[in-house]
Order: sequence, then C-alpha cells, then structure tokens
Amino acid sequence: MNGAVFAAVYLRDLRLAWRRRVEAALPVAFFIVAASLFPLGVGPEPQMLRQIAPGVVWVCALLAAMLSMPPLFASDLADGSLEQLLLAPDAALAVAAAKDAAHWTISGAPLVVAAPLLGLLLGLPSEELPVLFVSLILGTPVLSLLGGVGAALTLGLRSAGMLIVLIVLPLAIPALIFGTGAVAAVDAGQSPSGHLSLLGALLIACGLGAPVATGAALRIALE
Amino acid sequence: MRDHKPPFTKVPDNHAVTDRPSPSRLTWLTFSAPARFYDLAGTLAPACGLAAALLALAGLWIGFFVAPTDATQGQVYRIIFIHVPVAWMSMLLYVAMAFWAAIGWFLNARMASILARAIAPTGALFTLLALWTGSAWGRPTWGTWWVWDARLTSELILLFLYLGYLALVAAIDDTRRADKAGALLAIVGVVNVPVIYFSVIWWNTLHQSATITFGSAPKMASTMLWAMLLMTLACWAYAFAVIFVRARAIVLEREGANAWARARLAGRHARM
Amino acid sequence: MPPASSMTPASLPSRPPALRLVDVACRRGERLLFTGLNETLEPGELLWLRGGNGRGKTSLLRLVAGLAAPEHGRILWDDVPVRRSPRFQRDLVYVAHANALKDDLTAAEALAFLARVHGRDAAPAAVRAALARFGLAGRERTPVRSLSQGLRRRVSLARLALAPEPGLWVLDEPFDSLDIGATATLHEVLDGHRARGGSVLLTSHHLPLSVDAAGHALPAPRTLDLDALVAGRPAVAGAFAVAAPAETA
Repeated sequence: MNGAVFAAVYLRDLRLAWRRRVEAALPVAFFIVAASLFPLGVGPEPQMLRQIAPGVVWVCALLAAMLSMPPLFASDLADGSLEQLLLAPDAALAVAAAKDAAHWTISGAPLVVAAPLLGLLLGLPSEELPVLFVSLILGTPVLSLLGGVGAALTLGLRSAGMLIVLIVLPLAIPALIFGTGAVAAVDAGQSPSGHLSLLGALLIACGLGAPVATGAALRIALE
Repeated sequence: MRDHKPPFTKVPDNHAVTDRPSPSRLTWLTFSAPARFYDLAGTLAPACGLAAALLALAGLWIGFFVAPTDATQGQVYRIIFIHVPVAWMSMLLYVAMAFWAAIGWFLNARMASILARAIAPTGALFTLLALWTGSAWGRPTWGTWWVWDARLTSELILLFLYLGYLALVAAIDDTRRADKAGALLAIVGVVNVPVIYFSVIWWNTLHQSATITFGSAPKMASTMLWAMLLMTLACWAYAFAVIFVRARAIVLEREGANAWARARLAGRHARM
Repeated sequence: MPPASSMTPASLPSRPPALRLVDVACRRGERLLFTGLNETLEPGELLWLRGGNGRGKTSLLRLVAGLAAPEHGRILWDDVPVRRSPRFQRDLVYVAHANALKDDLTAAEALAFLARVHGRDAAPAAVRAALARFGLAGRERTPVRSLSQGLRRRVSLARLALAPEPGLWVLDEPFDSLDIGATATLHEVLDGHRARGGSVLLTSHHLPLSVDAAGHALPAPRTLDLDALVAGRPAVAGAFAVAAPAETA
C-alpha cells in the first residue's frame, strides 16, 4: 500500500473536517436525537428502556454512520480530486483505507464517546457502560469500512444515501449482533469476551478485505 | 515515418462472429456468444417450463394427497413441500448469481453478466415465497404471522441482499459499470452470507425465551422425501425456464443494434 | 519504426520514452467513439488533440492517463502498458478539465497535496516557487474558494512547475479561463518541458499564440483530429519537426 498517499489523504481529510467543524458534528447530533426518540416512542418505563438500551444505541450508531457515508467520495469526485488520486494503480487501496480511517476518526469516534452518555439516558446500569463503549470502539470501524464499500459502489448516483443504507446494513448485522450481545452478556452476569473476540475478528477481517473491495469499486466507478 | 493506418469507413461490428452458423464442435465458450445463447435458450425455455409444470403437479399431488399426516403438526406441515425447496433455491440462486457475475467481471464475459442479472429477480421472488410460506406455516402452528427464528430471519436478510443488488444495478445507467458493481456487491454478499447466518443463529440461541424453533421438520417418510425431491426439481426447472426467458430479453435489449438480433426480431415479427 | 529506447547504446544518455497508441478503440457508454487509432508521441513533441464536442477527446486523454482501459488496442509508455507501468506513474502529469482543488484548502495546501500524492516535491519553498511561476505570488494563503475561475486554473496548472523531469504531460483544455499573461506563461512552461525532452498531449478548442514575442509566426503544432479519424480522412497533420531533446547529459 502506498504510504505517502495514505498519509496525505488522511491528513487532508482531517484538516478539511476541522475547517467545517459544524458539519462534522452532525452525525453525533443525529445519533443523540435519534436515540432520544425511543423513550418518546415506547414510553419512559425504566425497566423496558434498560432492556432496549444497547440495541437502540447500536442501531442509532449504525444509522448515524451510514448517513454520513455518501459525501465520503462524492465531493472528491465532483471537483476532480478522485481522478488525480487514482492515477497510480496501487493508490486505490491506499485511498480507500485512508478515507475509511478518516471517516472513523471524524464521524465514528465521536459516536463512541457519546454512547455511554446515551446509555445513561436510557437507564443502562453503569457496570454495562464500559462494555458498550468497547463494543462500539470495535464496531464503529467495521461500520466505516463496510460503509466505504457502499459509498464507492454508489459513487455519483442520485439516491446514493438510501442505497448505501440498503446495501450496507445487512452486511453490518453480525457486528450489531455481537456488539449488543456483549452488553447483554454483562447484563446476564456473564463475560462479554466471547462476543468481543468475535467482534474483534470481524474488525480484522473487514480491515483486510473491505479496503480492497472499496478500491476495486472506486476503479469501477471511474472507468 | 509515422504509422498511418488506412482509414476505415464504419465502426466494426464486433459481433460478426456470431453471424456465422453454429460450429460443429461445442466448446466451453460456444454459448458465451449472445446469439447462440439466445437460440439455445429459446429452445430450452419451453421445455423447462413444461418439465416444471409436470414435476410440480407430481410433487404437489404426492405431498398433499399421498404423504401421510404428521403426528404432531397435522395437515399444516404439508406446506414444507413448498417452503423448503423454495428456500433452498433462494440460497442456491444467490450463489449462482454471484458466480456468474464474478465470471462476467473477471473474464469480461458479457453473457455471464447478463445471466447474473437475469437470475436476481427470480432469486428474490423465491426468497419472498419462502418468507410467505414460512409465515403461513407459522400462523396455524404458533398463532403469529411472524416468528424471529434463525432460519426465517436469515431468509429475510437474504431478501435484503437481493434487494440491495437489484437496487444498485437499477440505479446505475452505464451497463458495464452496473454489471461490475453488481458483481462486486454479489461477491461481498456471498462472502458475508456464512458470517450473517452464523451470527443470526448465535443471536437466536442467546434470546431463546420460548422454545420456538421452526425448523424441526417432521421425521420424513419416504413418500415425503419423494415429494420434496420432485418439488425441488420443479423449482429448478421453473427457475431455468424463467431465467432463460429473462436472459433472452436482456440480450435483445443490449445487443439489439446488431445484425443477428435484428434478424431474429424480424423473424419473430414475420411469424406473428 | 523501432522505439528509441532500444536503439540507444549504453554509452549515450537514455532518451525519455515515447508514448505509443496501437489500434486504440474508445467506448463511452454503449457507443464506440472511434477505433483504429495509431499514433506515436516522441520525446519533445506536442500533439494537439482536436475534434468536435462529444467526439472523445477527454475520453482519449483518460485512456492515455490510465484511468480506464481502452475497448481495444494498447497504450504503451516505453513499451509497457500504461496501466501497469510504475515508470509511467512517475512520468505522468495529468491536468484534467476539473481543477482537483478543495475549496476549503489554501492554494498552497491544495497544490502541496497534489504534489505529495503524485510523489513530487511538496516542500513549502518549491510550492511557493511553482505558484509564483504562474503569477500567484502572495496568494499562497488564500482559500481556493475565494479564487476566481482563472486563478484556480493557474493553481491547478502550477503542478507543471513541480514536475521538472521529462515525462508525459496530458492536459485537458489547459488554456480554459486563462488570461493573456497566464496563457503566455503556460506556453513558456510547455516549451521548456519540450526542450528538456518531455512530451505533451493536450486538447484545446483553439491553440492561442500562433506568433511568438517578436511577432514571427510559430509553426503549427502537430494535430490529431478525431473528427477526421472517425470520418476516415487522414487524421494527423502539421509540423513533423520536433524541438530537439537535450541529448548531451
């Protein structure tokens, strides 16, 4: 993988996000608002909220991550930067990996930080918050990686946002299951290590495979 | 001094090869030419359709009238003679779709990409049927229209995968890009299907409050196995027939400007 | 005609490679735009690609840049297909119709990014010098969003000043939006590149400055006319004389 390209793209994306800080904070805002809708929708009864809390937090994180995916490559496509980035044949992989890493740093990590707060709002007991935190640290990169594939496949299409959701969410279901399963395990008094190890394995597999698929999809989109 | 190619007068028709009569020796690649596939599929599709109808009649008759009543589930269980073959087909067709799409992408074979596109709607339909028959089975047995058991849930996720593929290829206007993007998505899907299935089973065992396991089909008497086999073959034949017809339509759509396609269309209009 | 590189004995300095288009066909969507294109671009040459709108000029440039594979035929740099040639990646500068500048970066940052991504010198001093070459001294810290269309084009073209090696420059409408001064600068930069042995393939709806500073008419550059190619007429015309590449060390 082309290290210079990776570093250049990653740092540039961070710099660009910093210059548009308000826009970069939108996914977190969506996350909090969406999760807050659930008590309003299903009632504030603490026992029930506590039961659905891990699932609600995870699903809202999933949606927040997916909805921030479309601009990942679209703005670079629009101003011609993407063409320049993909001139070298081995650059596609570096670009894909850098974009996924930048997306996680900008959109994913804030979700992880906000999650325990949301857990508290939904009545999650404090001993379960660390597991929720760890499960999202492992899970949100998976979402960024899978979302990158979706964003590259739907590059330049009109309904890219909804398409990405439709394409990526089924693929993200294992991460959802293992992530919420870990919190449920702690709730039942068991160790979450099985779930977290599976989630970690998923992360490694996606880390190795998803950028390759994203790079291939980018080249397809530009042909 | 410089290479000067003699000027040419028209864009060459790179399907000239398919205007020749069929070769006397069949090779792997014989039917990768759209025109030959078109003719072959045109002959096979009605035959497959007929076979499907006969097999289905036989299978359903055995399944609904000959096979014995189940001890625990009564008459309701008979719906598995539709549900199980249809579910198998839905999974098999997804793998077939991914296979042909991958061939079309890596080997640049147009016909393979067309086949993949033709398979997808049929696969989605079978998945819908599986979900519907599964729901119909559950209603009299468990009293609810839907049950989140591992197999039905996996079938639902498979439906999402099909819909994702169909939506993606429909949204891309450029056929080549659509074929390749669809192939990539199908491959990613196929790789993920075991992971998804495993995780859904895991999820199901975790949340097992009631003992609602759908799957335990009754112990099979031999007539039941016969019915299952016949219905599976009927689904196969039906799938072949429908996919051939759809693939022929796609071939005409894509290659419509070429000489052989115009000749076929003219022949059809003459007969009508 | 054998490629120059194979004719070079070990004692002479090696010449930059030639670009060869062999029986190239170009497709866009379902249509074949043209087929049977054979052309060679020797070091030091400039080839002006012409043709009406929609004829395939940009598509051909993208094929040469390696962004897409030709429907038929091969595009070779030093006899290696461009999509598989690491040397080509080092030798190529592709300035597309779009400027490839991010609105929220300053001119210097945007130029440095492009240089870094293509393995060129991105040191602040070099970037400043490149911007100055194109008349942008003093505007290094201006955000791209505040620059006019012409100034953005100049920033995008400043990449050429960061590419001193004699490679292939592929330029899509480089003179777009440029004023007279910038046009003259671009001509100088192109001439300097050709004198060093580099080659240029560009499209432009007209090639400005057919007279030099002293008022003498410049020889018409070699043109490749895609309209003529498709119609079956002879496609290549113009001066065969080449600016002599520097052969001594």
